[in-house]
Amino acid sequence: MAINLKSPEAPIRELRLGSITGYQGTVSDLCRKSQKGDLKEQERSFSQCATCASVTAICQLAMIQDAAVVNHAPLGCAGDFTNFNFINRIGQNKRGWRLANARLISSNLRESDTVFGGAVKLREAVRAAYDRYQPRAIFITTSCVSGIIGEDLQGTTEDIEEELGIPIISVSCEGFRSQIWASGFDAAYHAILRKVVKPAQRKRTDLVNIINFWGDDIFTELLGKIGLTPNYVVPFTTIEQLEKLSEAAATLQVCGTLGTYLAAGLEQHFGVPEVKAPPPYGIPGTDAWLRELGKVTGKEKEVEALIASEKVRIAPELAELRQQLKGIKAFVGAGAVQGHSIINVLNELELDILGGCVWHHDQKLDHGDPKGDSLQHIIDNYADVSFSICNKQSFEMVNLLNKLQPDIFIVRHNGMAVWGAKLGIPTFLMGDEHFGIGYQGLINYGQKIAETIANPAYVKNLAKYSKLPYTDWWLKQEPFAFLGKGVTE
Amino acid sequence: MSTIIEQPRHFCTIGAQQTVVAIERAIPILHSGPGCSGKIWGGMSFCNGFQGSGYAGGGAIPCTNTGEKEVVFGGEDRLRQVIEGAIKVMDGDLFVVLTGCTADIVGDDTGMVVSEFQEQGVPIVYAETGGFKGTTYEGHELVVEAIINQFLQPAKEKIPGLVNVWSVVPYQDPFWSGNLESIKELLAGIGLEANILFGPGSGGVEAWRKVPAAQFNLVVSPWVGLKTAKLLEKKFGTPYLHHPVLPIGAAETSRFLRAVGKFAGVEDQVTEDYIRQQETRFYYYLERAADFILEFRYDLPGRFINISDSFYALGVSKFLANDLGLLPGRQFVTDDAPEEHRAGILAEFTDLAPKLSAEVTFTPDGGVIQQELRSIDHRQPPIIIGSSWDKDIADELKGYQLSIGLPVTDRLVLDRTYVGYRGGLRLAEDIYEAILGSYQ
Repeated sequence: MAINLKSPEAPIRELRLGSITGYQGTVSDLCRKSQKGDLKEQERSFSQCATCASVTAICQLAMIQDAAVVNHAPLGCAGDFTNFNFINRIGQNKRGWRLANARLISSNLRESDTVFGGAVKLREAVRAAYDRYQPRAIFITTSCVSGIIGEDLQGTTEDIEEELGIPIISVSCEGFRSQIWASGFDAAYHAILRKVVKPAQRKRTDLVNIINFWGDDIFTELLGKIGLTPNYVVPFTTIEQLEKLSEAAATLQVCGTLGTYLAAGLEQHFGVPEVKAPPPYGIPGTDAWLRELGKVTGKEKEVEALIASEKVRIAPELAELRQQLKGIKAFVGAGAVQGHSIINVLNELELDILGGCVWHHDQKLDHGDPKGDSLQHIIDNYADVSFSICNKQSFEMVNLLNKLQPDIFIVRHNGMAVWGAKLGIPTFLMGDEHFGIGYQGLINYGQKIAETIANPAYVKNLAKYSKLPYTDWWLKQEPFAFLGKGVTE
Repeated sequence: MSTIIEQPRHFCTIGAQQTVVAIERAIPILHSGPGCSGKIWGGMSFCNGFQGSGYAGGGAIPCTNTGEKEVVFGGEDRLRQVIEGAIKVMDGDLFVVLTGCTADIVGDDTGMVVSEFQEQGVPIVYAETGGFKGTTYEGHELVVEAIINQFLQPAKEKIPGLVNVWSVVPYQDPFWSGNLESIKELLAGIGLEANILFGPGSGGVEAWRKVPAAQFNLVVSPWVGLKTAKLLEKKFGTPYLHHPVLPIGAAETSRFLRAVGKFAGVEDQVTEDYIRQQETRFYYYLERAADFILEFRYDLPGRFINISDSFYALGVSKFLANDLGLLPGRQFVTDDAPEEHRAGILAEFTDLAPKLSAEVTFTPDGGVIQQELRSIDHRQPPIIIGSSWDKDIADELKGYQLSIGLPVTDRLVLDRTYVGYRGGLRLAEDIYEAILGSYQ
């Protein structure tokens, strides 16, 4: 899909990628319907709290080390500041950098601002951000309140930009606008593409952009073997680094759900080719991902050598883990392509996958290339799997897990693991999105699963002493009884 | 006049969801945008001592996840659907509908929708907590008021010795559950039964139903909860005692017990016996610490600086000044206390200890706090008792730092309490651990 950088906003995923939050079926069925583009959103008559685009926007912006973020919102919307500060400090610590708080300010909109407008406070917040941090850029993230009262952000940002002489960039991420919280990633990337990235002065044939969260650095070593240097974006970068995203030889993504918009925007507007491939999880996925990277960067030979040597290196340990884990029943809950990726990993380890559930589904990615179709990749390489989509609806997850009783629940979203544990199911959340990548990722995941099921004492005790907040009636219903048509007793 | 805020130490009115989560078997239902609940949970619970989801908190909270459609056409039908579902799916004794900014700006008649369920006998109440209305502290008061007005019935008879406790705000205070248990233990020490209403073992809706039967209401707080006590006085004729200082350590806890004992009509002898027993134990330990405190050859902190809400800023200052004999530096009160309560808070700081007062700045903005701290000549390294935000400024000032208020991301909090005699000892341990730990 063409990315329009003249518009101040990125279109939300519902409109751009046909994204949905409700589905129950199988990977093959979902894949077929997505390819035809005829999936329709199904709403739930009952729902639990999801997440909003403002969280994901701030998530990508808060850790740009020399930028500042002003959240133009009531103070509760700053509820995520502390978590991103926590992540920021842990990331700085891991990199051996000086620890410093994330630079985040709330304009603290109050009742009178909803009547008279919040422009004065917004200016005050932006100036404070400028005076206190001397940032290289200031991002203004919007909120439901700023959106509903119709704040003129364009006008305000242009004025202040002129006054301060640094990019002041509005990021449209009002919570009510999209039910797909990943729309907030796109909003942040749109802001970066629109006003930070500059046309390349020179091209660097060794540099590869890797769109990620904040996983451990595994690519310096891996890509170093083929003469490439990773450039992780967006968290833990600087504005100068982002200005030069255009200089890279290619853009890689560790998760298409995260980086689809930025990768496509860099290709379309700055001529940086996007590596369009299935996710680098599991052997065939990693093979294809690396080969595509090799093709784009002219490193085909080096990539073949790397693939061959890595496979030989992990073979003995992989065989051992397969033997140990074969037939272990697993369930996966994760964000779209992350979920597909973990399914690849579990397939390689020969676990018995009872099902997967992802937080939303994009019927296509921005590049629209079938080579990057992560569901088709599962069908082409592994058995079909029972599959569902729920935007983090824990009542559905608990119902499903309670019926399936897997030996292990692998989850990727905060606040979800506890529900598996309360059912006595060994559960882990893998926060490092690089953990399962590549050939070594299979070993990492295999060991982690083996360790998690080795001593289930904590979760078994939790199950014994805690009560679920759900009625017996609900636990006897079909897990997706509220999806689409509502429920009848 | 509200200001911009860097490094928030509380959030908005919809923080009330955590007050509901703290009531045993109560279920919050949010009529709000999709992100409010998770942001509040992250800020008030997870990144505040890693307090967790609780029974029906975190990802379990029913929510309308208001979208464009509800903003344009109104969200009442959607709310009705979600309440209907919540009653079937969620296993709870009390449902509390809380509105977010979207519903309140759009003007949904939440009261009307909720009243339809109340008429069917569903135990459900609502509060308008749109985030632009105020702080977490005010949200807490709003939800308590809603339960009192919409759920409680007058008592047939009073229960002598039963005391409703209105004190620290659940989850906002990372030590709330331990602190409330401490208050309960202290009151039990002088023969009173505390109805603490929040937290493990507090009794859920049955405890709430007993609120109108209490002998009196006890507000242990600089200002939060005063409104509640006044409402209960008006509605059920229950008298109240306002004790503005969170009792930490011997001096303040004994003063607290004497005030409560006197108000409740407890025999002096009973109160004094308990105080003597507790003070003896307390000073056994403080005396043990004397060799260390008096002989430690390296830097011990100069002045203490609190960056906290009025509960802790005041309570901790009183403890450090009156029990440990430390000297106050500048004190920062961050909870945006309403104007009418500031004089009372200031008076407590002016009269901190005999011949000792502290300068106070009221501000919720971390930027202002840092600026002021940089402008002060500290002479010796200060000890900054605040939140995890303050690590950088403490480093910059070459001081020591302890996180006791939101956000707390450098400690796991379980049942630790800073209230009472034991609470004072815990705080002393933690402060000196922060200092000793910095050397090793």
